[in-house]
Amino acid sequence: MTNPTTSTAKLCTTRLTEPAWVRRVFIVIALAFLAFFLLLPVLTVLLSGLNKGFGFYFKVMAEKDAWAAIKLTLLAAAISVPLNVLFGLASAWAITKFDFWGKKALLTLIDLPFTVSPVISGLIFILLFGAQGAFGPWLREHDLKIIFAVPGIVLATLFVTFPFVARELIPLMQAQGTEEENAAVVLGANGWQTFFKVTLPNIKWGLLYGVILCNARAMGEFGAVSVVSGHIRGLTNTIPLHVEILYNEYQFTAAFAVASLLMLLALATLAVKSWVERQAKIAGSVEFAPKGH
Amino acid sequence: MKFQKFKQYSVIPGFGLTLGFTVAYLSLLVLIPLSMLFIKASALTWPEFFEIFSSPRTLAAFRLSLGASLTAAALNAVFGLLVAWVLVRYEFPGKKIVDALVDLPFALPTAVAGICLTAIYSQNGIIGKYLYAWGIQSAYSPLGITIALTFIGLPFVVRTVEPVLQDLEKELEEAAYSLGANSWQTFRKVIFPVIVPSLLTGSAMAFARALGEYGSVVFIAGNRPLKTEIVPLLIMTKLEQYEYAGATAIAAVTLVISFILLFGINFLHAWTHRHQTI
Repeated sequence: MTNPTTSTAKLCTTRLTEPAWVRRVFIVIALAFLAFFLLLPVLTVLLSGLNKGFGFYFKVMAEKDAWAAIKLTLLAAAISVPLNVLFGLASAWAITKFDFWGKKALLTLIDLPFTVSPVISGLIFILLFGAQGAFGPWLREHDLKIIFAVPGIVLATLFVTFPFVARELIPLMQAQGTEEENAAVVLGANGWQTFFKVTLPNIKWGLLYGVILCNARAMGEFGAVSVVSGHIRGLTNTIPLHVEILYNEYQFTAAFAVASLLMLLALATLAVKSWVERQAKIAGSVEFAPKGH
Repeated sequence: MKFQKFKQYSVIPGFGLTLGFTVAYLSLLVLIPLSMLFIKASALTWPEFFEIFSSPRTLAAFRLSLGASLTAAALNAVFGLLVAWVLVRYEFPGKKIVDALVDLPFALPTAVAGICLTAIYSQNGIIGKYLYAWGIQSAYSPLGITIALTFIGLPFVVRTVEPVLQDLEKELEEAAYSLGANSWQTFRKVIFPVIVPSLLTGSAMAFARALGEYGSVVFIAGNRPLKTEIVPLLIMTKLEQYEYAGATAIAAVTLVISFILLFGINFLHAWTHRHQTI
Protein backbone atom coordinates (compact mmCIF):
# COMPACT_ATOMS: atom_id res chain seq x y z
CA MET A 1 0.00 0.00 0.00
CA THR A 2 1.35 3.43 -0.81
CA ASN A 3 0.87 6.34 1.42
CA PRO A 4 -0.68 9.20 -0.58
CA THR A 5 1.27 11.91 1.24
CA THR A 6 4.68 10.35 0.52
CA SER A 7 3.85 9.84 -3.12
CA THR A 8 2.84 13.48 -3.55
CA ALA A 9 6.00 14.48 -1.70
CA LYS A 10 8.00 12.36 -4.10
CA LEU A 11 6.23 13.93 -7.05
CA CYS A 12 7.06 17.37 -5.73
CA THR A 13 10.76 16.69 -5.27
CA THR A 14 11.13 15.18 -8.74
CA ARG A 15 9.30 18.15 -10.19
CA LEU A 16 11.51 20.48 -8.20
CA THR A 17 14.89 19.33 -9.43
CA GLU A 18 16.07 20.32 -12.84
CA PRO A 19 15.60 18.00 -15.86
CA ALA A 20 17.91 14.97 -15.82
CA TRP A 21 20.09 16.18 -18.69
CA VAL A 22 20.67 19.55 -16.98
CA ARG A 23 21.67 17.78 -13.80
CA ARG A 24 24.07 15.55 -15.67
CA VAL A 25 25.65 18.45 -17.57
CA PHE A 26 26.10 20.44 -14.34
CA ILE A 27 27.69 17.51 -12.54
CA VAL A 28 30.05 16.81 -15.44
CA ILE A 29 31.16 20.45 -15.76
CA ALA A 30 31.66 20.82 -12.00
CA LEU A 31 33.60 17.59 -11.71
CA ALA A 32 35.73 18.40 -14.77
CA PHE A 33 36.60 21.78 -13.28
CA LEU A 34 37.54 20.19 -9.94
CA ALA A 35 39.50 17.43 -11.65
CA PHE A 36 41.59 19.99 -13.52
CA PHE A 37 42.16 22.26 -10.56
CA LEU A 38 42.32 19.85 -7.62
CA LEU A 39 42.83 16.23 -8.62
CA LEU A 40 45.48 16.88 -11.24
CA PRO A 41 47.76 18.82 -8.84
CA VAL A 42 47.46 16.07 -6.21
CA LEU A 43 48.42 13.37 -8.71
CA THR A 44 51.18 15.49 -10.22
CA VAL A 45 52.93 16.00 -6.89
CA LEU A 46 52.67 12.39 -5.79
CA LEU A 47 53.70 10.90 -9.16
CA SER A 48 56.47 13.40 -9.93
CA GLY A 49 57.92 12.78 -6.49
CA LEU A 50 58.20 9.07 -7.23
CA ASN A 51 59.60 9.67 -10.73
CA LYS A 52 62.93 8.10 -9.92
CA GLY A 53 61.60 5.34 -7.69
CA PHE A 54 61.30 4.80 -3.97
CA GLY A 55 65.05 4.52 -3.45
CA PHE A 56 65.61 8.07 -4.67
CA TYR A 57 62.57 9.25 -2.73
CA PHE A 58 63.94 8.04 0.59
CA LYS A 59 67.43 9.28 -0.25
CA VAL A 60 66.04 12.80 -0.67
CA MET A 61 64.23 12.55 2.65
CA ALA A 62 67.30 11.29 4.47
CA GLU A 63 69.47 14.17 3.29
CA LYS A 64 70.87 16.33 6.06
CA ASP A 65 69.25 19.57 4.82
CA ALA A 66 65.86 17.94 4.29
CA TRP A 67 66.02 16.53 7.79
CA ALA A 68 66.95 19.91 9.26
CA ALA A 69 64.04 21.50 7.39
CA ILE A 70 61.62 18.90 8.74
CA LYS A 71 62.87 19.47 12.28
CA LEU A 72 62.57 23.25 12.00
CA THR A 73 59.04 22.98 10.60
CA LEU A 74 58.02 20.71 13.47
CA LEU A 75 59.60 23.11 15.97
CA ALA A 76 57.79 26.15 14.52
CA ALA A 77 54.47 24.30 14.61
CA ALA A 78 55.15 22.93 18.11
CA ILE A 79 55.60 26.48 19.43
CA SER A 80 52.95 28.34 17.47
CA VAL A 81 50.05 25.88 17.66
CA PRO A 82 49.92 25.64 21.50
CA LEU A 83 50.35 29.41 21.92
CA ASN A 84 47.56 30.12 19.47
CA VAL A 85 45.36 27.51 21.13
CA LEU A 86 45.91 29.30 24.43
CA PHE A 87 45.06 32.61 22.78
CA GLY A 88 42.03 31.09 21.04
CA LEU A 89 40.65 29.74 24.32
CA ALA A 90 41.31 32.95 26.25
CA SER A 91 39.85 35.24 23.63
CA ALA A 92 36.80 33.04 23.06
CA TRP A 93 36.18 32.89 26.83
CA ALA A 94 36.44 36.66 27.20
CA ILE A 95 34.35 37.43 24.14
CA THR A 96 31.59 34.85 24.48
CA LYS A 97 31.10 34.61 28.25
CA PHE A 98 31.02 38.34 28.98
CA ASP A 99 29.45 41.49 27.63
CA PHE A 100 31.82 44.39 27.41
CA TRP A 101 32.43 47.53 25.49
CA GLY A 102 34.49 47.22 22.28
CA LYS A 103 33.75 43.57 21.60
CA LYS A 104 33.02 44.06 17.88
CA ALA A 105 36.27 45.96 17.37
CA LEU A 106 38.20 43.22 19.16
CA LEU A 107 36.64 40.61 16.86
CA THR A 108 37.70 42.55 13.77
CA LEU A 109 41.24 42.95 15.10
CA ILE A 110 41.54 39.21 15.72
CA ASP A 111 40.67 38.63 12.05
CA LEU A 112 43.35 41.01 10.79
CA PRO A 113 46.15 38.51 10.07
CA PHE A 114 43.84 36.70 7.60
CA THR A 115 43.71 39.80 5.41
CA VAL A 116 47.40 40.60 5.50
CA SER A 117 49.46 39.34 2.58
CA PRO A 118 52.05 36.73 3.66
CA VAL A 119 54.84 38.91 2.32
CA ILE A 120 53.67 41.83 4.46
CA SER A 121 53.40 39.51 7.48
CA GLY A 122 57.12 38.87 7.12
CA LEU A 123 57.97 42.46 6.29
CA ILE A 124 56.54 43.87 9.52
CA PHE A 125 58.92 41.72 11.58
CA ILE A 126 61.85 42.91 9.49
CA LEU A 127 60.77 46.50 10.21
CA LEU A 128 60.77 45.65 13.92
CA PHE A 129 63.77 43.39 14.36
CA GLY A 130 65.82 43.69 11.16
CA ALA A 131 69.22 45.40 11.01
CA GLN A 132 67.56 48.73 10.13
CA GLY A 133 64.49 47.98 12.24
CA ALA A 134 63.23 49.64 15.38
CA PHE A 135 64.94 47.15 17.69
CA GLY A 136 67.79 46.35 15.27
CA PRO A 137 70.57 48.26 17.04
CA TRP A 138 69.49 47.04 20.49
CA LEU A 139 69.46 43.41 19.30
CA ARG A 140 72.90 43.79 17.75
CA GLU A 141 74.29 45.24 20.98
CA HIS A 142 73.01 42.27 22.93
CA ASP A 143 74.14 39.84 20.26
CA LEU A 144 70.63 38.55 19.62
CA LYS A 145 69.36 37.50 16.23
CA ILE A 146 65.69 37.30 15.31
CA ILE A 147 65.56 37.97 11.58
CA PHE A 148 67.32 35.38 9.40
CA ALA A 149 67.19 33.06 12.42
CA VAL A 150 64.80 30.63 14.06
CA PRO A 151 62.96 33.18 16.29
CA GLY A 152 61.93 35.16 13.19
CA ILE A 153 60.48 32.05 11.60
CA VAL A 154 58.53 31.27 14.76
CA LEU A 155 57.23 34.85 14.96
CA ALA A 156 56.09 34.87 11.33
CA THR A 157 54.40 31.50 11.79
CA LEU A 158 52.69 32.72 14.97
CA PHE A 159 51.39 35.77 13.11
CA VAL A 160 49.91 33.95 10.12
CA THR A 161 48.28 31.23 12.25
CA PHE A 162 47.08 33.69 14.89
CA PRO A 163 43.28 33.71 14.23
CA PHE A 164 42.66 30.04 13.35
CA VAL A 165 41.64 28.61 16.74
CA ALA A 166 39.89 31.77 17.91
CA ARG A 167 37.80 31.97 14.73
CA GLU A 168 36.54 28.41 15.21
CA LEU A 169 35.82 28.74 18.92
CA ILE A 170 34.14 32.16 19.06
CA PRO A 171 31.06 31.41 16.89
CA LEU A 172 30.73 27.99 18.49
CA MET A 173 30.85 29.27 22.09
CA GLN A 174 28.61 32.18 21.14
CA ALA A 175 25.97 29.72 19.94
CA GLN A 176 26.27 27.66 23.13
CA GLY A 177 25.59 30.63 25.38
CA THR A 178 26.47 30.90 29.07
CA GLU A 179 23.69 28.97 30.85
CA GLU A 180 25.77 25.88 31.59
CA GLU A 181 28.72 27.90 32.93
CA ASN A 182 26.37 30.03 35.03
CA ALA A 183 24.83 26.90 36.51
CA ALA A 184 28.24 25.40 37.27
CA VAL A 185 29.44 28.54 39.04
CA VAL A 186 26.22 28.92 41.01
CA LEU A 187 26.56 25.29 42.13
CA GLY A 188 29.98 26.11 43.52
CA ALA A 189 32.49 25.23 40.81
CA ASN A 190 35.49 27.51 40.45
CA GLY A 191 36.65 28.95 37.14
CA TRP A 192 39.03 26.14 36.19
CA GLN A 193 36.53 23.43 37.14
CA THR A 194 33.88 25.18 35.05
CA PHE A 195 36.23 25.39 32.09
CA PHE A 196 37.55 21.82 32.22
CA LYS A 197 34.33 20.03 33.17
CA VAL A 198 31.67 22.10 31.42
CA THR A 199 33.09 24.22 28.61
CA LEU A 200 35.87 22.01 27.26
CA PRO A 201 33.68 18.93 26.61
CA ASN A 202 31.26 21.16 24.72
CA ILE A 203 33.88 22.69 22.45
CA LYS A 204 36.24 19.76 21.93
CA TRP A 205 35.36 19.16 18.26
CA GLY A 206 35.55 22.82 17.37
CA LEU A 207 38.86 23.10 19.19
CA LEU A 208 40.27 20.06 17.39
CA TYR A 209 39.09 21.51 14.08
CA GLY A 210 40.87 24.78 14.79
CA VAL A 211 44.05 22.98 15.85
CA ILE A 212 44.14 20.95 12.62
CA LEU A 213 43.75 24.02 10.39
CA CYS A 214 46.23 26.00 12.49
CA ASN A 215 48.78 23.20 12.27
CA ALA A 216 48.38 22.80 8.50
CA ARG A 217 49.04 26.48 7.98
CA ALA A 218 51.92 26.54 10.49
CA MET A 219 53.71 23.71 8.69
CA GLY A 220 52.94 24.97 5.22
CA GLU A 221 53.47 28.73 5.46
CA PHE A 222 55.73 29.95 2.70
CA GLY A 223 55.56 33.70 1.98
CA ALA A 224 55.93 35.13 5.48
CA VAL A 225 58.59 32.63 6.50
CA SER A 226 60.45 33.18 3.25
CA VAL A 227 60.82 36.91 3.98
CA VAL A 228 62.35 36.44 7.45
CA SER A 229 64.28 33.23 6.88
CA GLY A 230 67.31 34.31 4.89
CA HIS A 231 67.33 30.82 3.34
CA ILE A 232 70.33 29.47 5.20
CA ARG A 233 70.50 25.80 4.32
CA GLY A 234 70.35 23.46 7.25
CA LEU A 235 69.64 26.34 9.64
CA THR A 236 66.65 28.49 8.69
CA ASN A 237 64.92 26.42 6.03
CA THR A 238 61.48 25.00 6.65
CA ILE A 239 60.03 22.25 4.45
CA PRO A 240 58.29 24.66 2.02
CA LEU A 241 61.50 26.70 1.69
CA HIS A 242 63.50 23.54 1.10
CA VAL A 243 61.08 22.66 -1.71
CA GLU A 244 61.68 26.07 -3.26
CA ILE A 245 65.46 25.72 -3.10
CA LEU A 246 65.42 22.27 -4.69
CA TYR A 247 63.04 23.50 -7.39
CA ASN A 248 65.16 26.54 -8.20
CA GLU A 249 68.21 24.27 -8.47
CA TYR A 250 66.32 22.26 -11.13
CA GLN A 251 66.22 19.20 -8.86
CA PHE A 252 62.59 18.71 -9.82
CA THR A 253 62.13 15.12 -8.68
CA ALA A 254 63.68 15.91 -5.31
CA ALA A 255 61.52 19.05 -4.97
CA PHE A 256 58.37 17.06 -5.69
CA ALA A 257 59.46 14.29 -3.34
CA VAL A 258 59.75 16.75 -0.45
CA ALA A 259 56.56 18.50 -1.63
CA SER A 260 54.75 15.16 -1.49
CA LEU A 261 55.31 15.19 2.29
CA LEU A 262 53.35 18.46 2.46
CA MET A 263 50.74 17.09 0.08
CA LEU A 264 50.25 14.09 2.37
CA LEU A 265 49.96 16.48 5.31
CA ALA A 266 47.27 18.42 3.40
CA LEU A 267 45.34 15.27 2.49
CA ALA A 268 45.56 14.02 6.08
CA THR A 269 44.33 17.42 7.24
CA LEU A 270 41.32 17.18 4.93
CA ALA A 271 40.57 13.63 6.05
CA VAL A 272 40.72 14.46 9.77
CA LYS A 273 38.75 17.64 9.11
CA SER A 274 35.83 15.85 7.48
CA TRP A 275 35.97 13.19 10.20
CA VAL A 276 35.72 15.91 12.87
CA GLU A 277 32.84 17.53 10.96
CA ARG A 278 30.98 14.23 11.00
CA GLN A 279 31.69 13.63 14.72
CA ALA A 280 30.46 17.13 15.49
CA LYS A 281 27.32 16.53 13.49
CA ILE A 282 26.71 13.33 15.44
CA ALA A 283 27.30 15.19 18.68
CA GLY A 284 24.70 17.55 17.28
CA SER A 285 26.08 20.74 18.66
CA VAL A 286 28.33 22.23 16.06
CA GLU A 287 27.63 23.99 12.85
CA PHE A 288 30.89 24.71 11.09
CA ALA A 289 31.00 27.89 9.13
CA PRO A 290 33.57 28.24 6.36
CA LYS A 291 36.44 30.50 7.11
CA GLY A 292 38.63 32.61 4.93
CA HIS A 293 42.24 31.76 5.50
CA MET B 1 22.72 55.96 34.96
CA LYS B 2 25.14 58.40 33.47
CA PHE B 3 27.91 56.03 32.42
CA GLN B 4 27.46 52.84 30.55
CA LYS B 5 29.50 50.30 32.43
CA PHE B 6 32.53 48.85 30.62
CA LYS B 7 31.42 45.34 31.47
CA GLN B 8 28.05 43.86 32.40
CA TYR B 9 27.96 41.90 35.63
CA SER B 10 28.44 38.14 35.36
CA VAL B 11 28.97 35.33 37.88
CA ILE B 12 31.43 33.58 35.57
CA PRO B 13 35.03 34.23 36.64
CA GLY B 14 38.10 34.83 34.53
CA PHE B 15 37.20 38.02 32.68
CA GLY B 16 40.29 39.96 33.70
CA LEU B 17 42.67 37.11 33.05
CA THR B 18 41.34 36.10 29.64
CA LEU B 19 40.71 39.59 28.29
CA GLY B 20 44.06 40.77 29.62
CA PHE B 21 45.89 37.93 27.93
CA THR B 22 43.90 38.40 24.71
CA VAL B 23 44.65 42.10 24.46
CA ALA B 24 48.31 41.72 25.44
CA TYR B 25 48.95 38.88 22.98
CA LEU B 26 47.05 40.65 20.20
CA SER B 27 48.98 43.87 20.76
CA LEU B 28 52.41 42.26 20.93
CA LEU B 29 52.01 39.93 18.00
CA VAL B 30 49.68 41.78 15.63
CA LEU B 31 48.96 45.41 16.45
CA ILE B 32 52.45 46.67 17.28
CA PRO B 33 54.12 44.93 14.30
CA LEU B 34 51.40 46.12 11.91
CA SER B 35 51.54 49.68 13.19
CA MET B 36 55.30 49.62 12.54
CA LEU B 37 54.46 49.45 8.85
CA PHE B 38 52.43 52.63 8.99
CA ILE B 39 54.97 54.42 11.20
CA LYS B 40 57.71 53.64 8.70
CA ALA B 41 55.50 54.52 5.75
CA SER B 42 54.53 57.86 7.29
CA ALA B 43 58.22 58.77 7.57
CA LEU B 44 58.24 59.06 3.78
CA THR B 45 57.65 62.48 2.26
CA TRP B 46 54.92 63.01 -0.33
CA PRO B 47 57.38 63.43 -3.23
CA GLU B 48 59.07 60.15 -2.26
CA PHE B 49 55.72 58.46 -2.04
CA PHE B 50 54.68 59.88 -5.39
CA GLU B 51 57.93 58.76 -6.98
CA ILE B 52 57.43 55.18 -5.85
CA PHE B 53 53.86 55.07 -7.09
CA SER B 54 54.41 56.82 -10.39
CA SER B 55 57.12 54.41 -11.46
CA PRO B 56 55.94 52.26 -14.37
CA ARG B 57 57.06 49.12 -12.56
CA THR B 58 54.85 49.77 -9.52
CA LEU B 59 51.89 50.74 -11.67
CA ALA B 60 52.29 47.65 -13.85
CA ALA B 61 52.46 45.41 -10.77
CA PHE B 62 49.26 46.92 -9.33
CA ARG B 63 47.47 46.70 -12.68
CA LEU B 64 48.47 43.04 -13.07
CA SER B 65 47.62 42.09 -9.47
CA LEU B 66 44.21 43.76 -9.57
CA GLY B 67 43.37 42.46 -13.05
CA ALA B 68 44.42 38.86 -12.43
CA SER B 69 42.76 38.77 -9.00
CA LEU B 70 39.54 40.15 -10.42
CA THR B 71 39.52 37.63 -13.28
CA ALA B 72 40.23 34.78 -10.86
CA ALA B 73 37.47 35.97 -8.51
CA ALA B 74 35.00 36.14 -11.42
CA LEU B 75 35.96 32.63 -12.58
CA ASN B 76 35.53 31.39 -9.02
CA ALA B 77 32.14 33.07 -8.76
CA VAL B 78 30.86 31.14 -11.80
CA PHE B 79 32.47 27.76 -11.12
CA GLY B 80 32.19 28.05 -7.35
CA LEU B 81 28.45 28.57 -7.64
CA LEU B 82 28.19 25.60 -9.98
CA VAL B 83 30.21 23.36 -7.65
CA ALA B 84 28.18 24.45 -4.60
CA TRP B 85 24.96 23.88 -6.56
CA VAL B 86 25.99 20.37 -7.60
CA LEU B 87 27.23 19.48 -4.09
CA VAL B 88 24.06 20.68 -2.35
CA ARG B 89 21.33 19.62 -4.75
CA TYR B 90 22.49 16.49 -6.57
CA GLU B 91 23.62 13.04 -5.57
CA PHE B 92 26.47 11.28 -7.32
CA PRO B 93 29.06 8.64 -6.44
CA GLY B 94 32.14 9.96 -4.65
CA LYS B 95 30.37 13.11 -3.50
CA LYS B 96 31.87 12.99 0.00
CA ILE B 97 35.43 12.81 -1.33
CA VAL B 98 34.78 15.63 -3.79
CA ASP B 99 33.32 17.69 -0.97
CA ALA B 100 36.39 17.16 1.21
CA LEU B 101 38.74 17.85 -1.71
CA VAL B 102 37.23 21.30 -2.31
CA ASP B 103 39.16 22.56 0.72
CA LEU B 104 42.49 21.41 -0.69
CA PRO B 105 43.64 24.95 -1.60
CA PHE B 106 43.15 25.91 2.08
CA ALA B 107 45.14 22.95 3.35
CA LEU B 108 47.86 22.71 0.72
CA PRO B 109 51.00 24.79 1.35
CA THR B 110 51.15 27.47 -1.32
CA ALA B 111 54.67 26.55 -2.44
CA VAL B 112 53.49 23.04 -3.31
CA ALA B 113 50.53 24.46 -5.23
CA GLY B 114 52.95 26.75 -7.04
CA ILE B 115 55.38 24.12 -8.23
CA CYS B 116 52.72 21.63 -9.28
CA LEU B 117 50.65 24.18 -11.20
CA THR B 118 53.84 25.25 -12.96
CA ALA B 119 54.63 21.63 -13.80
CA ILE B 120 51.13 21.12 -15.19
CA TYR B 121 50.87 24.31 -17.26
CA SER B 122 54.45 24.80 -18.47
CA GLN B 123 55.47 23.89 -22.01
CA ASN B 124 56.13 20.23 -21.22
CA GLY B 125 53.31 19.93 -18.73
CA ILE B 126 50.38 17.60 -19.02
CA ILE B 127 47.97 20.43 -19.95
CA GLY B 128 50.56 23.00 -20.95
CA LYS B 129 51.76 20.99 -23.94
CA TYR B 130 48.31 21.16 -25.56
CA LEU B 131 47.83 24.83 -24.73
CA TYR B 132 51.28 25.73 -26.03
CA ALA B 133 50.55 23.76 -29.23
CA TRP B 134 47.60 26.10 -29.77
CA GLY B 135 49.85 29.08 -29.12
CA ILE B 136 48.51 29.76 -25.63
CA GLN B 137 51.29 30.52 -23.18
CA SER B 138 49.84 29.08 -19.99
CA ALA B 139 52.87 29.50 -17.72
CA TYR B 140 55.11 32.51 -17.06
CA SER B 141 52.30 34.77 -18.28
CA PRO B 142 49.31 36.68 -16.86
CA LEU B 143 47.23 33.61 -17.76
CA GLY B 144 49.45 31.45 -15.52
CA ILE B 145 49.05 33.94 -12.68
CA THR B 146 45.27 33.85 -13.12
CA ILE B 147 45.29 30.04 -13.04
CA ALA B 148 47.19 30.03 -9.74
CA LEU B 149 44.90 32.66 -8.22
CA THR B 150 41.82 30.72 -9.33
CA PHE B 151 43.17 27.63 -7.59
CA ILE B 152 43.85 29.55 -4.37
CA GLY B 153 40.39 31.20 -4.29
CA LEU B 154 38.35 28.15 -5.25
CA PRO B 155 36.99 27.15 -1.80
CA PHE B 156 35.84 30.64 -0.79
CA VAL B 157 32.81 30.88 -3.08
CA VAL B 158 31.85 27.22 -2.66
CA ARG B 159 31.97 27.37 1.12
CA THR B 160 30.07 30.67 1.45
CA VAL B 161 27.33 29.82 -1.06
CA GLU B 162 26.83 26.22 0.16
CA PRO B 163 25.10 26.97 3.50
CA VAL B 164 22.79 29.52 1.87
CA LEU B 165 21.76 27.02 -0.82
CA GLN B 166 21.19 24.45 1.91
CA ASP B 167 18.92 26.77 3.88
CA LEU B 168 16.93 27.76 0.82
CA GLU B 169 13.25 27.38 1.52
CA LYS B 170 11.71 24.71 -0.64
CA GLU B 171 8.35 26.47 -0.35
CA LEU B 172 9.60 29.45 -2.34
CA GLU B 173 10.58 27.22 -5.24
CA GLU B 174 7.36 25.26 -4.97
CA ALA B 175 5.37 28.47 -5.07
CA ALA B 176 7.27 29.63 -8.15
CA TYR B 177 6.65 26.32 -9.92
CA SER B 178 3.01 26.17 -9.01
CA LEU B 179 2.58 29.69 -10.35
CA GLY B 180 3.90 28.41 -13.67
CA ALA B 181 7.56 29.41 -13.66
CA ASN B 182 10.03 27.09 -15.35
CA SER B 183 13.38 26.03 -13.84
CA TRP B 184 15.34 28.90 -15.35
CA GLN B 185 12.82 31.52 -14.28
CA THR B 186 12.71 30.05 -10.78
CA PHE B 187 16.49 30.16 -10.58
CA ARG B 188 16.79 33.69 -11.91
CA LYS B 189 13.95 35.32 -10.01
CA VAL B 190 13.68 33.24 -6.83
CA ILE B 191 16.91 31.46 -6.02
CA PHE B 192 19.53 33.80 -7.44
CA PRO B 193 18.46 36.94 -5.50
CA VAL B 194 18.78 34.98 -2.24
CA ILE B 195 22.30 33.73 -2.95
CA VAL B 196 23.68 36.97 -4.42
CA PRO B 197 25.00 38.36 -1.10
CA SER B 198 26.86 35.14 -0.28
CA LEU B 199 28.16 34.90 -3.84
CA LEU B 200 29.52 38.43 -3.56
CA THR B 201 31.01 37.73 -0.12
CA GLY B 202 32.76 34.61 -1.38
CA SER B 203 34.09 36.36 -4.47
CA ALA B 204 35.31 39.31 -2.43
CA MET B 205 37.14 36.92 -0.07
CA ALA B 206 38.71 35.15 -3.04
CA PHE B 207 39.71 38.53 -4.49
CA ALA B 208 41.25 39.70 -1.21
CA ARG B 209 43.19 36.47 -0.85
CA ALA B 210 44.39 36.65 -4.47
CA LEU B 211 45.70 40.20 -4.07
CA GLY B 212 48.10 39.17 -1.33
CA GLU B 213 48.94 35.69 -2.60
CA TYR B 214 52.61 34.95 -3.03
CA GLY B 215 53.66 31.30 -2.80
CA SER B 216 51.46 29.75 -5.44
CA VAL B 217 52.05 32.57 -7.94
CA VAL B 218 55.76 33.12 -7.69
CA PHE B 219 56.70 29.89 -9.49
CA ILE B 220 54.24 30.13 -12.37
CA ALA B 221 54.51 33.90 -12.88
CA GLY B 222 57.96 34.12 -14.41
CA ASN B 223 58.46 37.35 -12.47
CA ARG B 224 59.54 39.67 -15.26
CA PRO B 225 59.26 43.34 -14.21
CA LEU B 226 56.51 45.24 -16.04
CA LYS B 227 55.12 42.00 -17.49
CA THR B 228 54.49 39.28 -14.93
CA GLU B 229 55.48 40.84 -11.61
CA ILE B 230 52.67 40.93 -9.04
CA VAL B 231 52.58 43.33 -6.08
CA PRO B 232 53.67 40.88 -3.32
CA LEU B 233 56.61 39.89 -5.50
CA LEU B 234 57.54 43.52 -6.07
CA ILE B 235 57.60 44.02 -2.29
CA MET B 236 59.81 40.95 -1.96
CA THR B 237 62.20 42.14 -4.68
CA LYS B 238 62.52 45.58 -3.09
CA LEU B 239 63.24 43.94 0.27
CA GLU B 240 65.96 41.79 -1.23
CA GLN B 241 67.55 44.91 -2.72
CA TYR B 242 67.32 46.65 0.68
CA GLU B 243 64.90 49.27 -0.70
CA TYR B 244 63.00 49.34 2.56
CA ALA B 245 61.24 52.64 1.84
CA GLY B 246 59.78 51.37 -1.42
CA ALA B 247 58.77 48.02 0.07
CA THR B 248 57.13 49.72 3.04
CA ALA B 249 55.20 52.24 0.95
CA ILE B 250 53.83 49.59 -1.43
CA ALA B 251 53.02 47.27 1.49
CA ALA B 252 51.17 50.05 3.32
CA VAL B 253 48.99 50.80 0.29
CA THR B 254 48.31 47.08 -0.26
CA LEU B 255 47.36 46.74 3.39
CA VAL B 256 44.94 49.66 3.17
CA ILE B 257 43.29 48.01 0.14
CA SER B 258 43.01 44.76 2.16
CA PHE B 259 41.42 46.61 5.09
CA ILE B 260 38.87 48.23 2.79
CA LEU B 261 38.05 44.79 1.39
CA LEU B 262 37.75 43.34 4.91
CA PHE B 263 35.35 46.13 5.78
CA GLY B 264 33.33 45.43 2.63
CA ILE B 265 33.27 41.69 3.34
CA ASN B 266 32.03 42.29 6.89
CA PHE B 267 29.32 44.54 5.49
CA LEU B 268 28.32 41.91 2.91
CA HIS B 269 28.32 39.27 5.61
CA ALA B 270 25.89 41.31 7.70
CA TRP B 271 23.75 41.75 4.59
CA THR B 272 23.74 37.99 3.93
CA HIS B 273 22.53 37.28 7.42
CA ARG B 274 19.86 39.92 7.29
CA HIS B 275 18.49 38.26 4.17
CA GLN B 276 18.62 34.86 5.79
CA THR B 277 16.52 35.88 8.75
CA ILE B 278 13.75 37.43 6.65
